[in-house]
Amino acid sequence: MSEVKTKITAEDMGVKKVHLESGIEVDPIYTAEDTEGSSIKHEMPGEYPFTRGIHSTMYRKRPFTIRQYAGFASPEETNERFQFLIANGQSGLNVAFDLPTQCGLDSDDPRALGEVGRVGMTVDTLDDFEIAFKNIDLDKITVSLTINGTAIIAIAMYIAMAEKAGYDISSLRGTAQNDILKEFIGRGTWIFPVDKSVKLVVDTIEYCAKHVPKYSPVSVCGYHIRESGANPIQEMAYAFCIAKAYTDGALSRGIDIDDFASRLSYNFDIYGNLFEQIAKFRGGRRLWAKIIREEYGAKNDKSCWLRMIAGGGGGGLTKEQPENNIVRSAYYALISALSGTQTMALCSYDEAYTIPTEHSAEISLRTMQIMIHEMGICDTVDPLGGSYYVESLTDRFEKEIKEEMKTVDQWGGIVNAVATGKIQESVSKQAYEREMGMQTGEVDKVGVNIFTREEENKEVEFHPYNQEAADNQVEKLKKIKASRNNEKVQECLTTIKADAEADKNLMPSIIEAVKAYATVGEIVQVMKDVYGEFEEPIFF
Amino acid sequence: MKVLLSKPGLDGHDVGVKVLAHGLIEAGFEVVYTGLRKSIEEIVQMALDNKVDSVGLSILSGTHLVLAEKMKEVMAENNLDIPWFVGGNVPAGDVEKLEFIGANKAFPTSTKVSEVVAYFNEIKVKA
Repeated sequence: MSEVKTKITAEDMGVKKVHLESGIEVDPIYTAEDTEGSSIKHEMPGEYPFTRGIHSTMYRKRPFTIRQYAGFASPEETNERFQFLIANGQSGLNVAFDLPTQCGLDSDDPRALGEVGRVGMTVDTLDDFEIAFKNIDLDKITVSLTINGTAIIAIAMYIAMAEKAGYDISSLRGTAQNDILKEFIGRGTWIFPVDKSVKLVVDTIEYCAKHVPKYSPVSVCGYHIRESGANPIQEMAYAFCIAKAYTDGALSRGIDIDDFASRLSYNFDIYGNLFEQIAKFRGGRRLWAKIIREEYGAKNDKSCWLRMIAGGGGGGLTKEQPENNIVRSAYYALISALSGTQTMALCSYDEAYTIPTEHSAEISLRTMQIMIHEMGICDTVDPLGGSYYVESLTDRFEKEIKEEMKTVDQWGGIVNAVATGKIQESVSKQAYEREMGMQTGEVDKVGVNIFTREEENKEVEFHPYNQEAADNQVEKLKKIKASRNNEKVQECLTTIKADAEADKNLMPSIIEAVKAYATVGEIVQVMKDVYGEFEEPIFF
Repeated sequence: MKVLLSKPGLDGHDVGVKVLAHGLIEAGFEVVYTGLRKSIEEIVQMALDNKVDSVGLSILSGTHLVLAEKMKEVMAENNLDIPWFVGGNVPAGDVEKLEFIGANKAFPTSTKVSEVVAYFNEIKVKA
C-alpha cells in the first residue's frame, strides 16, 4: 500500500486556488489525515457536543417541521390563509406583521399612512389576535411570531389570547422572533435604545421561564445579519454573541441556565457554497454546545442544543430567470436537511420581485415534501458525518467562529458594537463588495453575469394596497376604543409606566393591558416616555 | 455634487441604499444619509440644512407612490427645487408614474449601481 500524501494542494495538482466566501482556502482533495485530530471520531448524534445533530434519531423519527412565512393584510384574511396552509399539510405557522405593528404604531397613526396591512397582518389590539387564530388548534400547530420591536406586546397578546380561549399556558408552545439586537444590524424595526431593548427581551425570557416554560421567546437571527452583508463565519459569530447577551441578562435575573437555555432557538440563512453552509451549521452547533456547557455550566443536554430554523435565503435568489430560483431553493433545502435543521422555510421563486402567490408557495412546500418522501433524506442521521472534507471544514468553522466572537469582544461586546454602529459599518461594506463582485462578474451568478439571455422584463408586483381593509381596521379600532373600559386601560398603562420606571419586568403589566384591549401604539408610547428612543448612528 | 440618500416611511431595509452610498462615494460624489424611518418633512428639512444638490428616496415596502406624492407636496411647500429620484423595490410599471408625479428619475428593481452612478454623472454635467 502506498503512503497517502500528507497534504495535496491546488499547486500540486496544477489547478487554480479556491477560496470560500468566508475566506477559507479549499483543498482539491481531503484525506483521512485532515480529520486526524478531529473530535468527530468520538461523537454521536444526540450526544454532546451535538455536531452530528441534536437528536439520536433525527428525521428517522420525525422529519423537520415545514413552516412557511405567511401573513396577509387583515386578521380575517390571515386566518383564512392559515386554514389553507394547515389543510395542505403544514405543521407550523409563521406570522408576518405589517410595519406599523412592528414599529409600535396603531392603524390610525398618521405615520402608518399607506402601510396598514401592506407587508403582513395588522394588530392594534388583542381582538386582532383572537380573529387571526380562531378555530386553530394551538396544541397541534406551532405558531411563530415574526416580530421584534414590539415582540413583548405580541407575546403578551398570544398568551392572553390562549388563556382566554381556555388553553393551559404552562404547556403552551410557540416561538417569537424577538431578536432586537439583529434589528439594529439589519431590518431596522428597533424602537427603544439598545440597552432597554435588550432588557425587554430578557423580560420575555424571564417571564416565559417562570410561567410559559414550553414557549420559545427568542429566535436569534443570523439570517438578517447575513442578508445585510455578513459572511457565514460572521453570521454565526454575531448571532452567538447576541444569544450570549440575552443569556447574560437572564442569568443576572437569577434564572438558572437550565431553566431557559433550551428554549432559545436560532434562525439562519442559506445561500452560497453548499459545503461551506453545512460546515457552518455543524461547526456552529458544536461551538454553541461548548459555550453553554463550558462557559455557562449548563447541566442539561437540552440547554446545549442549537435548535434552528434554516431555510433558503432571499439573498441567493435573482429576479433574472426567476424559475432558476426553484432549483436554487431545492439545493438550499438539501443543505438545510443535511445540516440537521429542526424547521425549514423556503423563499418562493418569485419572492425577489413579489409577494409569493399561492402557486409559488405551493412549489416551495412541495420542494420540501419531495425531499422528505422521495429522496431518502430522512433515512440516516447526519449522512455526511465522516466525510474528510465536511469534517475538516466543520472543525475549521468552529475555530473561525470562535475567533470572530473575540473580535466582537474587542469592540466592547455586542451591545456596544451595535449601539456605535461598528457591526453595521463592517457588514455594509461587505454588502457593497459582494454587489460589485456580482456586477463586475468576479462572483459567478447564473442568469445574472453568466449564462444570461435576453428576457422579457419581469414585472415587480405587489399585492394591490387594500385601502378598504385599512379603513375597516381603523373603523374597528375606533369601535374597540369606544366599547372597552377606558378607565381600566388608563390604569393598566399607568402600571406599565410605573413598572418601567422601577425597572421591573414589564410582561405582567403588558399582559393585563392587552387583556383590557389597550392598543400596541398606546403601550409603546408609555414605554417611549420612560425609555426614550434609539438614536441611529449613521454608518454606511 | 452632494446627494442626500434617504429612507422615508417605515421600511427598514437599508442594504441597497448603503450599497449605493458606497458606489456614489467611490465615483466622487458627496453623500449624506438620513438613517431609517424618516418622515418626508424630516427628509426635506435635511436636504435644506445640508444644501444638497439632489435627494434619493429608497423604498422597498411598496409605498413609493404614496411617499412620492408627499415628497412633491412638501418640496413645493418648502420651495425646494432640486432633482429627486426613487429606488428600491420599484416595479418597472411604476417608473413612469413616479416620474409623472415629479421624480426626475425612478430606478426599477435590479438597477445596477453603475447605472445609477451614470445617471448622476449625467445630471452633474448638466448642472
